[in-house]
Amino acid sequence: MSVHLLYAFAGAGVFTIGLFGMVFMVHLLRKLLAFNLMGSGTFLVLVGLAQHRNGVDPVPQALVLTGIVVAIAATALALVLIRRYFHLTGQVTLEPGSRDDEGHS
Amino acid sequence: MTSWLLDGLVVFMLLATAVSVLASRSLFRAVVMFIAFGMLMALAWVRLQAPDIALAEAAIGAGLTGVLLLDAVAHFRRGPDKERGGAS
Amino acid sequence: MRLAAVLVLCAVFAMALVGTVWQIAGQPVGGTLPETVADAMADSGVDHPVTAVLLNFRSYDTLLEIGVLVIAAIAGISMARLPSLEDPELRTHDSLLHALQRWFLPLMWLVAGYLLWAGAVQPGGAFQAGAVLAGTGVLMRLGGMPMNFLQPRLLLRVGLALGFAVFLLVAVVSAAGGDAFLAYPEGMAKPLILLIEIFLTLSIAMVLLSLFVAAPVNDAREPAEGESE
Repeated sequence: MSVHLLYAFAGAGVFTIGLFGMVFMVHLLRKLLAFNLMGSGTFLVLVGLAQHRNGVDPVPQALVLTGIVVAIAATALALVLIRRYFHLTGQVTLEPGSRDDEGHS
Repeated sequence: MTSWLLDGLVVFMLLATAVSVLASRSLFRAVVMFIAFGMLMALAWVRLQAPDIALAEAAIGAGLTGVLLLDAVAHFRRGPDKERGGAS
Repeated sequence: MRLAAVLVLCAVFAMALVGTVWQIAGQPVGGTLPETVADAMADSGVDHPVTAVLLNFRSYDTLLEIGVLVIAAIAGISMARLPSLEDPELRTHDSLLHALQRWFLPLMWLVAGYLLWAGAVQPGGAFQAGAVLAGTGVLMRLGGMPMNFLQPRLLLRVGLALGFAVFLLVAVVSAAGGDAFLAYPEGMAKPLILLIEIFLTLSIAMVLLSLFVAAPVNDAREPAEGESE
């Protein structure tokens, strides 16, 4: 059991937490946060597992670096879409008729 | 031994912040927890001997994502029809 | 009821995931990727393995990645209405920010430039530099500095597409010269990588910044709403 493997398991845990949030939460912003958690968990598993077996490995590191930049671009685009949706409908969930849990009076 | 303690602490904090991102009731609090999670991820990358990813995560995960998300939370608080108003 | 169902589902999934990770971790080492990368480092033109993988060995991934970023930026901008970037409502009225800006902005530009340059031999490179540059742009925007190049006109379009275009140009030119697609000519790897990285940095910063700018302004004014304020 190496340090890398420990972080790979942590990544599996973070991914599961994110999955739970993605399925269970209704608020779109929380879904987005959960989705980002899933992404971070994936990155941890990818690098941790590869480095546990091969030692320090630049290839998965480069892949994860690419992935992080794509993830932030996707998050920013999702925020633009969510805010547009909120502006047009006044809702922050996809379920019809329900208001957000933030309660903006 | 000390390094194992450190790694254990980082992993525990990662999981704890990840849970509190979803569990905290206020949206603002969730976003702040998410920023803390990003900083801890940067720390984890350093422990995984990936300083490149740690740099990118610190700049992106803590800086840019935080600004974007906090901006969005402020927008949701103001409501859809009065974002020109004074209260922010 | 729903909570219990989701919890059980996630627990089952977590156990399967942990089991798989454990099983893979226990298998004997198969690949020898780090050795392959280390053997080829001499031909790559740079001294830092991660930069070599990003911009030489697996540059196809990076090319497609900047393509994805440009598409995301286009989608974000097309959602937005950008009435006026100099709208005083969008500024932060914070004197501390104004005072700090004069000190931080040159420093952050310097950090971005250093990160870009350092990428050849040590951790750093186009992605980190682009992120820092985008952060600088966000700070400038919050402080209300004039940033007219973010209006959706020619300059923004050129800035967004520049990184992808230069990358593609280098790839096509080397392909036309008889090499493989995206293979750098002998001895030219280092200057070409640096050239691509500079434009990549600019484009990544532009993409992230324009997505940030597109987010808050889009709700600014529908034509039907009263503009009494």
